[in-house]
Amino acid sequence: MRTPHHHTLTVLVENRSGVLARVAGLFARRGFNIESLAVAPTDDERFSRFTIVVDVRETDPEQITKQLFKLVNVVKITELAPADAVERELLLATVTADAEARSAVIELVDIFGGGIVDVGWNQVSVMLAGEPARLDDFEELVRPYGITELQRTGRVALARLERQAPRLRTTGKAS
Amino acid sequence: MELTGAQALIKSLEMERTEVIFGLPGGCILPAYDPLLDSSIRHILVRHEQGAGHMAEGYAHVTGRPGVVMVTSGPAATNLVTPICDAYMDSVPLVAITGQVSRAAIGTDAFQECDTVGITRSVTKHNELVMDPAELPLVVRQAFHLATTGRPGPVLVDVPKDVLTSKVEWWWPTDDELLASLPGYRPNTRGHTRMIREAARTIVAAERPVVYAGGGILRARAAEELAALVELTETPVVTTLMARGAFPDDHPLNLGMPGMHGNYTAITAMQEADLLIALGTRFDDRVTGRLDGFAPGAKIVHVDIDPAELGKVRRPDVPIVGDAKTVIAEITKAVRALLDSGEATLPERAPWRSRISGWQERYPLHYDPPAEGDALKPQRVMEALRDSAPEGTILASGVGQHQMWASQYWRFNEPYTWVNSGGLGTMGFSVPAAIGAKVGRPDRTVWAVDGDGCFQMTAQELVTASSERIPVKIAILNNAYLGMVRQWQEMFYEERYSEVYLSPDLPDYVKWAEAMGCAALRVEDPDEIQPAIDKANSIDDRPVVVEFRTDASEKVFPMVPAGAANGDVVVHPTQAAESRKVVQ
Repeated sequence: MRTPHHHTLTVLVENRSGVLARVAGLFARRGFNIESLAVAPTDDERFSRFTIVVDVRETDPEQITKQLFKLVNVVKITELAPADAVERELLLATVTADAEARSAVIELVDIFGGGIVDVGWNQVSVMLAGEPARLDDFEELVRPYGITELQRTGRVALARLERQAPRLRTTGKAS
Repeated sequence: MELTGAQALIKSLEMERTEVIFGLPGGCILPAYDPLLDSSIRHILVRHEQGAGHMAEGYAHVTGRPGVVMVTSGPAATNLVTPICDAYMDSVPLVAITGQVSRAAIGTDAFQECDTVGITRSVTKHNELVMDPAELPLVVRQAFHLATTGRPGPVLVDVPKDVLTSKVEWWWPTDDELLASLPGYRPNTRGHTRMIREAARTIVAAERPVVYAGGGILRARAAEELAALVELTETPVVTTLMARGAFPDDHPLNLGMPGMHGNYTAITAMQEADLLIALGTRFDDRVTGRLDGFAPGAKIVHVDIDPAELGKVRRPDVPIVGDAKTVIAEITKAVRALLDSGEATLPERAPWRSRISGWQERYPLHYDPPAEGDALKPQRVMEALRDSAPEGTILASGVGQHQMWASQYWRFNEPYTWVNSGGLGTMGFSVPAAIGAKVGRPDRTVWAVDGDGCFQMTAQELVTASSERIPVKIAILNNAYLGMVRQWQEMFYEERYSEVYLSPDLPDYVKWAEAMGCAALRVEDPDEIQPAIDKANSIDDRPVVVEFRTDASEKVFPMVPAGAANGDVVVHPTQAAESRKVVQ
């Protein structure tokens, strides 16, 4: 379940061996719960980015952030409330779809803008990328057909961009 | 210049001005011990790796410089885990070098292989397995930088054997290269200006302020700055177990140690304060007691170098991240500016002072004087040790009742004269820590106060002390029990004593000490206390062990029972009886 209580931490770390263990160990040692965790390289090979979702009702996100920042290999942390983040997640699922059900499943996948990535005798494997809540909806709708296997990546996120053009400054330094 | 990895390692330690390494060689670290023969660095060969770690801690406590340990892989590394964790809890700068199996053998369960960086990850500030020989100097430089800056702590460098034997082109990273190599590490040492002004305004407005000084004062070497703030604002000070010596005990504004076995006035002043100025301290459970009952009416100004400490336990009204030395000086400046400009005047301190002195008169530290024929009172022994100690004596202690008596009865009038395991509470700390302290300050007398339980854990390091001619003095308060556990069983488990009896005679401490090359004395009679201490103080060519046979029924008071609020502090039964009489 994704709720307004789930905050996303994007954590830029040095791309060194053992960093995942350091982060995971810190969460375990301090009793912080991870809802989801995604790790990926960034455009700069020296760094990787962790996207960690935590439930702020269980742990104070300020403590998590401060403790994480004590790790020498952690370079930058951004905490994003759900409203401040653009989030995407990838879902892969194998769904039972015999000849009778197949077209219904494909239609559902189409509606959600997903794709069929593999086809078998009475099963299809589908892929869907999107907002985590949308993936939840899809999962629920496809479940009655029979899900054999399902994998989700955990979300990745970026901060939402400024919508407004910067105001013209009337005061302050001209710099 | 081409060197072996081992030569580069030792040269790097020399570049960091390492005077002494506490260590013990073995298989994987062997290559590093060869260039050590040609180095100016002194090596102290310990009898157990745990001893090396605590010695390095003792050295760091009294010198302020990082302690350096070097041991081999596997069991040697695991033996180091306790002192590393101890250093982590008490923010002691420590650099540990461990040997590791050759790179190709890592992960194969090779002989004496263990996942040292994995095991020590949660008890080090940072650790690093060196896979690239060329990186060795950089990793060593990083280790010293990390161990000593920001919130100090232990850093471990794990070096595979074949990294030590491979050839490297020598280089020594510049400051810029060092900083560039640690993009995520920029400790904030300067306090926020607005928050500092806010702290000053809060302090001058307080009617019942207390400075709650922690070990961070000592780590930041901020004792002078603390004294200046205290004197300007006429604020009473409590010094936690980790901060003993940070402010002189003979200063009238020093109320002593707060906490579970703190003195009544220190505990109660914090409870009644309207402002706690918490400096380099972390609201440890042993200080706060039950949290929801702790200092209920106090605003909090909290200064710490570690942002994670601000709000971890108690939410501060004025949080300041920064180095205690810098920030306290800035706060003092801001207070002075407020007072000088006439913007603020200090509230009259007399009513607060008189309440405090009321508590001091009513509940001083107390123990019942011994009756004829009683065993020695441990508190009396502490007082005699204190009163006979040469100027500048450094005191180390183990963990338990004797530690609390040491902190309560000693007079700490100088910083860096107290060596103690606070956060982790490591029994067996004192003997090796005292040895390390003496190595760091050979000009000082070093006494260790130990319990019989503690002594049996690490006594073998006295062999190290004898053979290296490190003349420490050990006072064993031998009550034949694990005394603190006994106290809890007496008070909270209906005197059902479970596995706490140790025997006064087994081992024979005098024979044992003599076998380890020490002078040894046993004191059973109160009249022998002083002559024995005088004799011990006169011996300077080898370690001395004095065994005091003390009264097992003595308990540490005051006491805030576990789970109780500080308002429910239990004073010595004699004082409690007297105050009942007063009430009646």
